[in-house]
Amino acid sequence: MMTGAEPTCEELTVDDLVVISKDCRREIVKMVKRANAGHPGGSLSVIDILVGLYGRTLRVSTNKPKHPDRDRVILSKGHASPAMYSVLHAFGFISETDLHTYRVYNGVCQGHVDSKWTPGVDFSGGSLGMGLSFGLGVTLSAKMDGKDIFSWVILGDGECQEGEIWEAAMAAVHHKVENMTVIVDVNGIQNDNFVDQQMVMGDLAAKWAAFGWKVKEIDGHDMLEISTAIDWSKTTVGPCVILARTIKGKGVSFMENNPAFHGKAPDDEEFEQAMGELA
Amino acid sequence: MTSAASRDGYGSALLEMADDERVVVLEADLGKSTKSCLFRAEYPERSFSMGIAEQNMMLVAAGMASTGKIPFASTFAIFTERGFEQVRNGIARPNLVVHLCGSHGGIHTGTDGSSAQSIEDLAIYRTLPNMTVMHPCDDLSTKSLTKSLLNHQRPSYTRTARNKTKRIYTEEQAASLEIGKFSIVREGSDVAILACGVMVAEAIDAAEFLANQGVDATVVDVHTLKPFDHGCLKSIAEKCGAIVTAEDHSIIGGLGGAVSESLASNHPTPLERVGVKDEFGMSGQPAELMKHYGLTVSDIVDAAKRAISRRTA
Repeated sequence: MMTGAEPTCEELTVDDLVVISKDCRREIVKMVKRANAGHPGGSLSVIDILVGLYGRTLRVSTNKPKHPDRDRVILSKGHASPAMYSVLHAFGFISETDLHTYRVYNGVCQGHVDSKWTPGVDFSGGSLGMGLSFGLGVTLSAKMDGKDIFSWVILGDGECQEGEIWEAAMAAVHHKVENMTVIVDVNGIQNDNFVDQQMVMGDLAAKWAAFGWKVKEIDGHDMLEISTAIDWSKTTVGPCVILARTIKGKGVSFMENNPAFHGKAPDDEEFEQAMGELA
Repeated sequence: MTSAASRDGYGSALLEMADDERVVVLEADLGKSTKSCLFRAEYPERSFSMGIAEQNMMLVAAGMASTGKIPFASTFAIFTERGFEQVRNGIARPNLVVHLCGSHGGIHTGTDGSSAQSIEDLAIYRTLPNMTVMHPCDDLSTKSLTKSLLNHQRPSYTRTARNKTKRIYTEEQAASLEIGKFSIVREGSDVAILACGVMVAEAIDAAEFLANQGVDATVVDVHTLKPFDHGCLKSIAEKCGAIVTAEDHSIIGGLGGAVSESLASNHPTPLERVGVKDEFGMSGQPAELMKHYGLTVSDIVDAAKRAISRRTA
Protein backbone atom coordinates (compact mmCIF):
# COMPACT_ATOMS: atom_id res chain seq x y z
CA MET A 1 0.00 0.00 0.00
CA MET A 2 2.82 2.37 0.86
CA THR A 3 5.54 1.64 -1.62
CA GLY A 4 7.24 5.02 -1.99
CA ALA A 5 10.81 5.62 -0.94
CA GLU A 6 9.72 8.48 1.32
CA PRO A 7 7.56 7.73 4.35
CA THR A 8 3.94 8.51 3.62
CA CYS A 9 0.50 7.62 4.90
CA GLU A 10 -2.26 6.55 2.59
CA GLU A 11 -5.39 7.07 4.65
CA LEU A 12 -7.92 4.28 4.47
CA THR A 13 -11.58 4.46 5.43
CA VAL A 14 -12.83 3.10 8.71
CA ASP A 15 -14.66 0.39 6.79
CA ASP A 16 -11.40 -0.62 5.08
CA LEU A 17 -9.71 -0.87 8.46
CA VAL A 18 -12.42 -3.12 9.87
CA VAL A 19 -11.85 -5.55 7.01
CA ILE A 20 -8.07 -5.47 7.50
CA SER A 21 -8.46 -6.10 11.22
CA LYS A 22 -10.51 -9.19 10.60
CA ASP A 23 -7.90 -10.51 8.18
CA CYS A 24 -5.22 -9.84 10.78
CA ARG A 25 -7.18 -11.67 13.47
CA ARG A 26 -7.24 -14.77 11.32
CA GLU A 27 -3.50 -14.53 10.70
CA ILE A 28 -2.85 -14.09 14.43
CA VAL A 29 -4.70 -17.27 15.32
CA LYS A 30 -3.06 -19.16 12.46
CA MET A 31 0.44 -18.06 13.52
CA VAL A 32 -0.11 -19.14 17.10
CA LYS A 33 -1.62 -22.41 15.97
CA ARG A 34 1.26 -23.21 13.60
CA ALA A 35 3.82 -22.41 16.29
CA ASN A 36 1.71 -24.15 18.93
CA ALA A 37 2.85 -21.30 21.19
CA GLY A 38 2.59 -17.56 21.52
CA HIS A 39 0.23 -14.92 22.84
CA PRO A 40 -3.16 -14.81 21.11
CA GLY A 41 -5.15 -12.97 23.79
CA GLY A 42 -3.17 -9.74 23.88
CA SER A 43 -2.64 -9.83 20.12
CA LEU A 44 -6.39 -9.95 19.49
CA SER A 45 -6.96 -7.12 21.95
CA VAL A 46 -4.37 -4.78 20.41
CA ILE A 47 -4.88 -5.48 16.72
CA ASP A 48 -7.50 -2.81 16.04
CA ILE A 49 -5.19 -0.19 17.55
CA LEU A 50 -2.33 -1.26 15.32
CA VAL A 51 -4.47 -1.36 12.19
CA GLY A 52 -5.80 2.08 13.06
CA LEU A 53 -2.28 3.48 13.33
CA TYR A 54 -1.02 1.96 10.08
CA GLY A 55 -4.18 2.84 8.18
CA ARG A 56 -4.77 6.37 9.41
CA THR A 57 -1.63 8.14 10.48
CA LEU A 58 1.74 6.43 10.13
CA ARG A 59 4.22 7.90 7.69
CA VAL A 60 6.27 4.85 6.83
CA SER A 61 7.78 3.26 3.76
CA THR A 62 7.74 -0.39 2.79
CA ASN A 63 10.65 0.23 0.42
CA LYS A 64 12.75 1.86 3.13
CA PRO A 65 11.49 0.46 6.43
CA LYS A 66 14.48 2.04 8.22
CA HIS A 67 13.95 5.49 6.71
CA PRO A 68 15.31 7.90 9.34
CA ASP A 69 12.29 10.23 9.12
CA ARG A 70 9.62 7.56 9.49
CA ASP A 71 7.10 7.56 12.30
CA ARG A 72 7.78 4.91 14.92
CA VAL A 73 5.55 2.19 16.34
CA ILE A 74 6.98 0.91 19.59
CA LEU A 75 5.12 -2.21 20.65
CA SER A 76 6.32 -2.28 24.23
CA LYS A 77 4.08 -5.25 24.98
CA GLY A 78 6.33 -7.16 22.61
CA HIS A 79 4.73 -10.53 23.25
CA ALA A 80 1.79 -9.37 21.11
CA SER A 81 4.12 -9.97 18.18
CA PRO A 82 1.56 -11.93 16.11
CA ALA A 83 -0.52 -8.75 15.96
CA MET A 84 2.52 -6.78 14.79
CA TYR A 85 3.46 -9.36 12.17
CA SER A 86 -0.08 -9.62 10.85
CA VAL A 87 -0.32 -5.86 10.43
CA LEU A 88 3.16 -5.62 8.86
CA HIS A 89 2.00 -8.27 6.42
CA ALA A 90 -1.28 -6.47 5.72
CA PHE A 91 0.58 -3.24 4.96
CA GLY A 92 3.25 -4.82 2.80
CA PHE A 93 6.37 -4.95 4.99
CA ILE A 94 6.65 -8.71 5.20
CA SER A 95 5.37 -11.62 3.14
CA GLU A 96 2.96 -14.40 3.92
CA THR A 97 5.94 -16.74 3.87
CA ASP A 98 7.48 -14.62 6.63
CA LEU A 99 4.38 -15.15 8.76
CA HIS A 100 5.11 -18.87 8.61
CA THR A 101 8.44 -18.25 10.37
CA TYR A 102 6.83 -17.07 13.61
CA ARG A 103 8.80 -18.71 16.43
CA VAL A 104 10.57 -20.89 13.86
CA TYR A 105 14.34 -21.49 13.93
CA ASN A 106 16.18 -18.57 12.28
CA GLY A 107 12.86 -17.03 11.26
CA VAL A 108 12.03 -13.45 10.30
CA CYS A 109 9.23 -13.39 12.88
CA GLN A 110 10.84 -13.94 16.25
CA GLY A 111 8.86 -14.92 19.35
CA HIS A 112 8.88 -11.33 20.56
CA VAL A 113 9.18 -8.29 18.29
CA ASP A 114 12.79 -7.69 17.34
CA SER A 115 14.10 -4.83 15.22
CA LYS A 116 17.11 -6.84 14.08
CA TRP A 117 14.98 -9.55 12.51
CA THR A 118 11.81 -8.03 11.09
CA PRO A 119 11.48 -5.21 8.53
CA GLY A 120 9.19 -2.53 9.94
CA VAL A 121 9.79 -3.37 13.60
CA ASP A 122 11.26 -0.30 15.32
CA PHE A 123 11.82 -1.66 18.82
CA SER A 124 13.05 -4.94 20.28
CA GLY A 125 10.59 -5.89 22.98
CA GLY A 126 9.93 -8.97 25.05
CA SER A 127 10.81 -7.45 28.40
CA LEU A 128 7.98 -5.29 29.65
CA GLY A 129 8.30 -1.68 30.71
CA MET A 130 10.98 -0.45 28.31
CA GLY A 131 9.13 0.89 25.26
CA LEU A 132 8.01 4.23 26.64
CA SER A 133 11.58 5.12 27.59
CA PHE A 134 12.75 4.14 24.11
CA GLY A 135 10.04 6.25 22.50
CA LEU A 136 11.07 9.13 24.69
CA GLY A 137 14.64 8.80 23.45
CA VAL A 138 13.51 8.79 19.82
CA THR A 139 11.30 11.80 20.39
CA LEU A 140 13.89 13.86 22.26
CA SER A 141 16.37 13.14 19.50
CA ALA A 142 13.91 14.16 16.78
CA LYS A 143 13.13 17.35 18.69
CA MET A 144 16.84 18.23 18.81
CA ASP A 145 17.06 17.71 15.07
CA GLY A 146 13.85 19.62 14.32
CA LYS A 147 12.34 16.53 12.71
CA ASP A 148 8.62 15.88 12.57
CA ILE A 149 8.80 12.23 13.60
CA PHE A 150 5.83 10.92 15.60
CA SER A 151 6.26 7.97 17.98
CA TRP A 152 3.40 5.74 19.04
CA VAL A 153 4.10 3.66 22.12
CA ILE A 154 1.76 0.77 22.85
CA LEU A 155 1.64 -0.53 26.40
CA GLY A 156 -0.40 -3.15 28.18
CA ASP A 157 -2.33 -2.35 31.34
CA GLY A 158 -0.51 -5.08 33.25
CA GLU A 159 2.71 -3.65 31.89
CA CYS A 160 1.95 -0.43 33.73
CA GLN A 161 2.95 -2.30 36.90
CA GLU A 162 6.55 -1.88 35.80
CA GLY A 163 8.23 1.01 37.59
CA GLU A 164 10.13 2.12 34.51
CA ILE A 165 6.83 3.12 32.86
CA TRP A 166 6.34 5.76 35.52
CA GLU A 167 9.97 6.87 35.41
CA ALA A 168 9.43 7.51 31.71
CA ALA A 169 6.01 9.10 32.26
CA MET A 170 7.66 11.62 34.60
CA ALA A 171 10.55 12.27 32.24
CA ALA A 172 8.31 12.82 29.20
CA VAL A 173 6.49 15.62 31.00
CA HIS A 174 9.70 17.08 32.42
CA HIS A 175 11.18 17.27 28.94
CA LYS A 176 7.95 18.64 27.42
CA VAL A 177 7.60 15.91 24.84
CA GLU A 178 5.05 16.56 22.11
CA ASN A 179 5.42 14.14 19.21
CA MET A 180 4.75 10.97 21.16
CA THR A 181 1.49 9.33 22.16
CA VAL A 182 1.00 6.35 24.42
CA ILE A 183 -1.83 3.93 23.78
CA VAL A 184 -2.58 1.53 26.60
CA ASP A 185 -4.27 -1.70 25.59
CA VAL A 186 -6.45 -2.02 28.70
CA ASN A 187 -7.57 -5.62 28.34
CA GLY A 188 -7.72 -6.32 32.06
CA ILE A 189 -5.74 -9.57 31.95
CA GLN A 190 -2.07 -10.39 32.44
CA ASN A 191 -0.11 -13.62 32.36
CA ASP A 192 -1.35 -15.35 35.48
CA ASN A 193 -4.80 -13.85 35.96
CA PHE A 194 -6.98 -10.77 35.78
CA VAL A 195 -4.98 -7.59 36.35
CA ASP A 196 -6.91 -6.62 39.46
CA GLN A 197 -6.18 -10.03 40.97
CA GLN A 198 -2.45 -9.67 40.35
CA MET A 199 -1.99 -6.01 41.25
CA VAL A 200 -4.78 -3.52 41.62
CA MET A 201 -4.11 -0.71 39.16
CA GLY A 202 -6.77 1.64 40.48
CA ASP A 203 -7.77 4.56 38.31
CA LEU A 204 -5.31 4.46 35.40
CA ALA A 205 -6.69 7.67 33.92
CA ALA A 206 -6.15 9.50 37.19
CA LYS A 207 -2.65 8.08 37.51
CA TRP A 208 -1.58 9.28 34.05
CA ALA A 209 -3.29 12.63 34.60
CA ALA A 210 -1.49 13.01 37.92
CA PHE A 211 1.80 12.55 36.08
CA GLY A 212 0.84 15.44 33.81
CA TRP A 213 -0.50 13.59 30.77
CA LYS A 214 -3.60 14.42 28.72
CA VAL A 215 -5.87 11.39 28.89
CA LYS A 216 -8.58 10.09 26.56
CA GLU A 217 -10.51 6.89 27.15
CA ILE A 218 -11.93 5.01 24.18
CA ASP A 219 -13.32 1.68 23.05
CA GLY A 220 -10.20 0.05 21.65
CA HIS A 221 -12.20 -2.03 19.18
CA ASP A 222 -14.19 0.83 17.67
CA MET A 223 -12.25 1.93 14.59
CA LEU A 224 -13.96 5.32 14.50
CA GLU A 225 -13.07 6.02 18.13
CA ILE A 226 -9.49 4.86 17.52
CA SER A 227 -9.25 7.12 14.49
CA THR A 228 -10.71 10.09 16.33
CA ALA A 229 -8.38 9.56 19.31
CA ILE A 230 -5.36 9.43 16.99
CA ASP A 231 -6.36 12.81 15.56
CA TRP A 232 -7.03 14.17 19.07
CA SER A 233 -3.59 13.21 20.32
CA LYS A 234 -1.85 14.74 17.30
CA THR A 235 -3.60 18.07 17.79
CA THR A 236 -3.45 18.27 21.60
CA VAL A 237 -0.58 19.76 23.57
CA GLY A 238 0.66 16.63 25.30
CA PRO A 239 2.05 14.28 26.05
CA CYS A 240 -1.13 12.33 25.41
CA VAL A 241 -2.20 8.88 26.50
CA ILE A 242 -5.12 6.99 25.02
CA LEU A 243 -6.57 4.37 27.35
CA ALA A 244 -8.12 1.90 24.95
CA ARG A 245 -10.55 -0.43 26.70
CA THR A 246 -10.27 -3.75 24.95
CA ILE A 247 -11.30 -7.37 25.35
CA LYS A 248 -8.50 -9.86 25.62
CA GLY A 249 -8.96 -12.47 22.90
CA LYS A 250 -11.46 -10.23 21.04
CA GLY A 251 -13.16 -11.99 18.15
CA VAL A 252 -12.78 -15.58 19.33
CA SER A 253 -15.54 -16.37 21.80
CA PHE A 254 -13.72 -18.87 23.98
CA MET A 255 -10.62 -16.69 24.18
CA GLU A 256 -12.49 -13.52 25.07
CA ASN A 257 -11.78 -12.30 28.58
CA ASN A 258 -10.16 -15.64 29.35
CA PRO A 259 -6.79 -15.55 31.15
CA ALA A 260 -6.01 -19.06 29.86
CA PHE A 261 -5.42 -17.65 26.37
CA HIS A 262 -2.85 -15.05 27.37
CA GLY A 263 -0.10 -17.36 26.21
CA LYS A 264 -1.57 -20.55 24.83
CA ALA A 265 -2.33 -21.92 21.39
CA PRO A 266 -5.76 -23.35 20.55
CA ASP A 267 -6.07 -27.11 20.00
CA ASP A 268 -7.34 -28.43 16.65
CA GLU A 269 -10.99 -28.21 17.53
CA GLU A 270 -10.64 -24.78 19.04
CA PHE A 271 -8.73 -23.61 15.97
CA GLU A 272 -11.50 -24.70 13.64
CA GLN A 273 -14.05 -22.91 15.80
CA ALA A 274 -11.91 -19.75 15.87
CA MET A 275 -11.53 -19.77 12.08
CA GLY A 276 -15.28 -20.17 11.74
CA GLU A 277 -15.95 -17.23 14.03
CA LEU A 278 -13.41 -15.05 12.21
CA ALA A 279 -14.63 -16.00 8.69
CA MET B 1 54.01 12.59 39.92
CA THR B 2 50.77 14.35 39.01
CA SER B 3 47.63 12.74 40.34
CA ALA B 4 44.05 12.91 39.12
CA ALA B 5 40.89 10.82 39.18
CA SER B 6 39.88 8.86 36.10
CA ARG B 7 36.38 10.33 36.32
CA ASP B 8 37.93 13.71 35.52
CA GLY B 9 39.17 12.23 32.26
CA TYR B 10 35.62 11.23 31.37
CA GLY B 11 34.40 14.77 31.94
CA SER B 12 37.21 16.20 29.81
CA ALA B 13 36.52 13.73 27.01
CA LEU B 14 32.86 14.73 26.80
CA LEU B 15 33.89 18.35 26.35
CA GLU B 16 36.48 17.50 23.72
CA MET B 17 33.90 15.46 21.75
CA ALA B 18 31.30 18.20 21.84
CA ASP B 19 32.06 19.42 18.32
CA ASP B 20 30.36 16.27 17.10
CA GLU B 21 26.69 17.24 17.18
CA ARG B 22 25.68 13.59 17.57
CA VAL B 23 27.07 13.50 21.09
CA VAL B 24 24.40 13.73 23.79
CA VAL B 25 24.80 13.30 27.53
CA LEU B 26 22.38 11.69 29.96
CA GLU B 27 22.56 11.97 33.73
CA ALA B 28 20.74 10.38 36.65
CA ASP B 29 21.33 13.07 39.27
CA LEU B 30 25.03 12.29 39.66
CA GLY B 31 26.50 14.58 37.04
CA LYS B 32 28.65 16.34 39.61
CA SER B 33 30.12 12.97 40.59
CA THR B 34 30.62 11.40 37.17
CA LYS B 35 31.83 14.77 35.78
CA SER B 36 29.24 14.91 33.01
CA CYS B 37 28.35 18.23 34.69
CA LEU B 38 31.19 19.79 32.71
CA PHE B 39 29.38 19.03 29.44
CA ARG B 40 26.04 20.12 30.88
CA ALA B 41 27.46 23.52 31.78
CA GLU B 42 28.62 24.14 28.22
CA TYR B 43 25.98 22.29 26.21
CA PRO B 44 22.70 22.25 28.15
CA GLU B 45 20.68 21.68 24.96
CA ARG B 46 22.40 18.31 24.52
CA SER B 47 22.31 17.29 28.19
CA PHE B 48 19.37 15.41 29.63
CA SER B 49 18.51 15.02 33.28
CA MET B 50 16.73 11.71 33.72
CA GLY B 51 16.23 12.14 37.45
CA ILE B 52 17.01 9.35 39.86
CA ALA B 53 15.70 6.76 37.43
CA GLU B 54 18.41 4.66 35.85
CA GLN B 55 16.20 2.13 34.08
CA ASN B 56 14.51 4.86 32.09
CA MET B 57 17.88 6.47 31.32
CA MET B 58 19.15 3.29 29.66
CA LEU B 59 16.24 3.03 27.23
CA VAL B 60 16.06 6.75 26.51
CA ALA B 61 19.71 6.47 25.51
CA ALA B 62 18.83 3.44 23.37
CA GLY B 63 16.04 5.36 21.64
CA MET B 64 18.40 8.24 20.93
CA ALA B 65 21.03 5.86 19.57
CA SER B 66 18.42 4.33 17.27
CA THR B 67 18.09 7.72 15.56
CA GLY B 68 21.85 8.22 15.08
CA LYS B 69 22.78 10.10 18.24
CA ILE B 70 25.82 8.98 20.25
CA PRO B 71 24.58 8.96 23.84
CA PHE B 72 26.95 8.99 26.79
CA ALA B 73 25.02 8.04 29.93
CA SER B 74 26.60 8.00 33.35
CA THR B 75 25.92 7.38 37.00
CA PHE B 76 27.71 5.49 39.76
CA ALA B 77 28.93 2.07 38.61
CA ILE B 78 26.67 0.43 41.15
CA PHE B 79 23.57 2.28 39.93
CA THR B 80 24.13 1.33 36.30
CA GLU B 81 23.45 -2.15 37.62
CA ARG B 82 19.97 -0.98 38.63
CA GLY B 83 19.29 -0.93 34.91
CA PHE B 84 21.25 -4.07 34.03
CA GLU B 85 18.40 -5.85 32.34
CA GLN B 86 17.65 -2.66 30.42
CA VAL B 87 21.27 -2.65 29.24
CA ARG B 88 21.02 -6.31 28.32
CA ASN B 89 17.69 -6.27 26.49
CA GLY B 90 17.44 -2.64 25.41
CA ILE B 91 21.03 -1.76 24.46
CA ALA B 92 23.31 -4.78 23.99
CA ARG B 93 20.78 -7.10 22.35
CA PRO B 94 19.76 -4.68 19.58
CA ASN B 95 23.42 -3.50 19.47
CA LEU B 96 22.48 0.15 19.91
CA VAL B 97 25.61 2.24 20.33
CA VAL B 98 25.12 3.68 23.80
CA HIS B 99 28.17 4.43 25.94
CA LEU B 100 27.73 3.93 29.67
CA CYS B 101 30.11 5.24 32.26
CA GLY B 102 30.00 3.95 35.83
CA SER B 103 32.00 6.11 38.20
CA HIS B 104 32.96 5.34 41.79
CA GLY B 105 33.82 1.74 40.97
CA GLY B 106 35.52 -0.46 43.51
CA ILE B 107 36.50 -0.53 47.18
CA HIS B 108 38.78 2.46 46.53
CA THR B 109 35.61 4.60 46.52
CA GLY B 110 36.06 4.70 50.28
CA THR B 111 33.89 6.13 53.02
CA ASP B 112 30.51 5.77 51.27
CA GLY B 113 30.74 2.11 52.18
CA SER B 114 29.63 -1.11 50.60
CA SER B 115 26.41 0.12 48.96
CA ALA B 116 28.40 2.41 46.66
CA GLN B 117 31.39 0.16 45.99
CA SER B 118 30.61 -1.89 42.90
CA ILE B 119 32.88 -4.91 42.84
CA GLU B 120 30.97 -6.82 40.16
CA ASP B 121 30.28 -4.36 37.34
CA LEU B 122 33.13 -5.46 35.09
CA ALA B 123 32.08 -9.09 35.46
CA ILE B 124 28.45 -8.61 34.62
CA TYR B 125 28.90 -6.29 31.64
CA ARG B 126 31.62 -8.57 30.25
CA THR B 127 29.05 -11.34 29.86
CA LEU B 128 26.87 -9.36 27.46
CA PRO B 129 27.32 -9.98 23.72
CA ASN B 130 28.21 -6.84 21.71
CA MET B 131 29.44 -4.93 24.80
CA THR B 132 32.87 -3.36 25.05
CA VAL B 133 34.10 -3.09 28.65
CA MET B 134 36.84 -0.74 29.79
CA HIS B 135 38.45 0.31 33.04
CA PRO B 136 41.24 2.82 32.40
CA CYS B 137 43.82 3.61 35.07
CA ASP B 138 44.18 7.39 35.04
CA ASP B 139 42.52 10.55 33.81
CA LEU B 140 44.47 10.90 30.59
CA SER B 141 43.91 7.34 29.42
CA THR B 142 40.24 7.62 30.36
CA LYS B 143 39.98 10.77 28.28
CA SER B 144 41.72 9.21 25.31
CA LEU B 145 39.81 5.92 25.38
CA THR B 146 36.47 7.66 25.90
CA LYS B 147 37.18 9.85 22.88
CA SER B 148 37.95 6.69 20.89
CA LEU B 149 34.36 5.61 21.52
CA LEU B 150 33.22 8.28 19.10
CA ASN B 151 34.15 5.93 16.26
CA HIS B 152 33.27 2.70 18.05
CA GLN B 153 30.39 0.76 16.53
CA ARG B 154 29.33 -1.14 19.65
CA PRO B 155 27.79 -0.21 22.97
CA SER B 156 30.23 0.10 25.85
CA TYR B 157 30.62 0.26 29.59
CA THR B 158 33.53 2.19 31.10
CA ARG B 159 34.30 2.14 34.80
CA THR B 160 35.98 5.17 36.33
CA ALA B 161 37.22 5.73 39.86
CA ARG B 162 36.26 8.42 42.33
CA ASN B 163 39.63 9.15 43.92
CA LYS B 164 42.87 10.53 42.63
CA THR B 165 45.67 8.15 41.76
CA LYS B 166 49.05 8.57 40.11
CA ARG B 167 49.03 9.52 36.47
CA ILE B 168 50.50 6.65 34.46
CA TYR B 169 50.60 8.18 30.99
CA THR B 170 51.58 11.41 29.31
CA GLU B 171 49.08 12.97 26.91
CA GLU B 172 51.03 11.55 23.96
CA GLN B 173 51.21 8.06 25.42
CA ALA B 174 47.52 8.09 26.31
CA ALA B 175 46.61 9.20 22.80
CA SER B 176 48.23 6.06 21.37
CA LEU B 177 46.09 3.65 23.41
CA GLU B 178 43.66 1.52 21.44
CA ILE B 179 40.43 -0.05 22.62
CA GLY B 180 40.97 -3.80 22.91
CA LYS B 181 44.79 -3.74 22.96
CA PHE B 182 46.86 -4.35 26.07
CA SER B 183 49.16 -1.51 27.07
CA ILE B 184 52.51 -2.84 28.27
CA VAL B 185 53.85 -0.23 30.68
CA ARG B 186 56.90 -2.19 31.88
CA GLU B 187 58.74 -5.11 30.31
CA GLY B 188 60.22 -8.01 32.25
CA SER B 189 60.55 -11.74 31.78
CA ASP B 190 60.13 -13.33 35.23
CA VAL B 191 56.46 -12.64 35.90
CA ALA B 192 53.69 -10.55 34.37
CA ILE B 193 51.34 -8.39 36.41
CA LEU B 194 48.11 -7.57 34.57
CA ALA B 195 46.21 -4.77 36.26
CA CYS B 196 43.33 -2.41 35.61
CA GLY B 197 42.10 0.85 37.07
CA VAL B 198 43.61 2.07 40.30
CA MET B 199 45.63 -1.13 40.61
CA VAL B 200 47.90 -0.26 37.67
CA ALA B 201 49.84 2.22 39.82
CA GLU B 202 50.13 -0.40 42.54
CA ALA B 203 51.35 -2.95 40.01
CA ILE B 204 54.08 -0.59 38.79
CA ASP B 205 55.25 -0.04 42.38
CA ALA B 206 55.17 -3.79 42.98
CA ALA B 207 57.33 -4.31 39.88
CA GLU B 208 59.88 -1.79 41.20
CA PHE B 209 59.93 -3.60 44.53
CA LEU B 210 60.41 -6.94 42.80
CA ALA B 211 63.19 -5.48 40.66
CA ASN B 212 65.12 -4.62 43.82
CA GLN B 213 64.89 -8.30 44.71
CA GLY B 214 66.12 -9.38 41.29
CA VAL B 215 62.72 -10.25 39.84
CA ASP B 216 62.01 -8.66 36.49
CA ALA B 217 58.29 -8.09 35.98
CA THR B 218 56.17 -7.10 33.02
CA VAL B 219 53.30 -4.79 33.89
CA VAL B 220 50.25 -4.54 31.64
CA ASP B 221 47.48 -1.98 31.83
CA VAL B 222 44.41 -3.97 30.78
CA HIS B 223 42.27 -0.92 30.13
CA THR B 224 39.94 -2.99 27.94
CA LEU B 225 38.51 -6.18 29.42
CA LYS B 226 36.37 -6.83 26.35
CA PRO B 227 37.23 -7.33 23.56
CA PHE B 228 40.06 -9.13 25.31
CA ASP B 229 43.59 -9.14 23.89
CA HIS B 230 44.05 -12.93 23.88
CA GLY B 231 47.03 -12.79 21.53
CA CYS B 232 49.03 -10.45 23.70
CA LEU B 233 48.24 -12.42 26.84
CA LYS B 234 49.43 -15.62 25.19
CA SER B 235 52.75 -14.10 24.17
CA ILE B 236 53.25 -12.64 27.65
CA ALA B 237 52.42 -15.98 29.25
CA GLU B 238 54.89 -17.74 26.96
CA LYS B 239 57.59 -15.24 27.85
CA CYS B 240 57.03 -14.94 31.62
CA GLY B 241 55.44 -18.25 32.59
CA ALA B 242 53.80 -16.76 35.68
CA ILE B 243 50.90 -14.31 35.81
CA VAL B 244 49.31 -12.08 38.44
CA THR B 245 46.08 -10.12 38.00
CA ALA B 246 45.33 -7.07 40.14
CA GLU B 247 41.95 -5.37 40.22
CA ASP B 248 39.77 -3.39 42.60
CA HIS B 249 36.92 -5.77 41.81
CA SER B 250 35.84 -9.26 42.74
CA ILE B 251 38.33 -11.91 41.71
CA ILE B 252 35.30 -13.64 40.20
CA GLY B 253 34.48 -12.72 36.64
CA GLY B 254 36.44 -9.50 36.13
CA LEU B 255 40.06 -9.17 35.06
CA GLY B 256 41.06 -12.30 36.98
CA GLY B 257 38.17 -14.15 35.41
CA ALA B 258 38.97 -12.97 31.88
CA VAL B 259 42.66 -13.89 32.24
CA SER B 260 41.78 -17.29 33.74
CA GLU B 261 39.48 -18.10 30.83
CA SER B 262 42.00 -17.02 28.25
CA LEU B 263 44.96 -18.84 29.80
CA ALA B 264 42.97 -22.02 30.32
CA SER B 265 42.08 -22.10 26.63
CA ASN B 266 45.26 -20.76 25.06
CA HIS B 267 48.27 -21.25 27.30
CA PRO B 268 47.76 -22.75 30.78
CA THR B 269 50.03 -20.79 33.11
CA PRO B 270 50.26 -20.36 36.91
CA LEU B 271 47.98 -17.46 37.82
CA GLU B 272 47.43 -15.61 41.11
CA ARG B 273 44.50 -13.22 41.40
CA VAL B 274 44.73 -10.11 43.56
CA GLY B 275 41.29 -8.62 44.08
CA VAL B 276 38.28 -8.61 46.36
CA LYS B 277 37.75 -12.15 47.56
CA ASP B 278 34.00 -12.67 47.26
CA GLU B 279 32.98 -10.26 49.99
CA PHE B 280 31.41 -6.81 50.24
CA GLY B 281 33.28 -3.68 51.23
CA MET B 282 32.77 -1.25 54.09
CA SER B 283 33.47 2.35 55.05
CA GLY B 284 37.00 3.59 55.47
CA GLN B 285 39.72 5.61 53.83
CA PRO B 286 40.84 4.12 50.52
CA ALA B 287 44.29 3.19 51.83
CA GLU B 288 42.79 1.45 54.87
CA LEU B 289 40.36 -0.48 52.72
CA MET B 290 42.95 -1.49 50.12
CA LYS B 291 45.03 -2.93 52.93
CA HIS B 292 42.07 -4.68 54.53
CA TYR B 293 40.96 -6.31 51.28
CA GLY B 294 44.43 -7.30 50.12
CA LEU B 295 44.83 -4.79 47.30
CA THR B 296 48.26 -3.35 48.11
CA VAL B 297 51.72 -3.40 46.58
CA SER B 298 52.80 -6.08 49.02
CA ASP B 299 49.81 -8.25 48.13
CA ILE B 300 50.86 -8.06 44.49
CA VAL B 301 54.48 -8.81 45.36
CA ASP B 302 53.45 -11.86 47.39
CA ALA B 303 51.18 -13.04 44.60
CA ALA B 304 54.02 -12.67 42.09
CA LYS B 305 56.29 -14.81 44.23
CA ARG B 306 53.59 -17.47 44.58
CA ALA B 307 52.99 -17.52 40.83
CA ILE B 308 56.73 -17.81 40.13
CA SER B 309 57.06 -20.63 42.67
CA ARG B 310 54.31 -22.57 40.88
CA ARG B 311 56.08 -22.29 37.55
CA THR B 312 57.42 -25.61 36.37
CA ALA B 313 61.08 -25.49 35.54
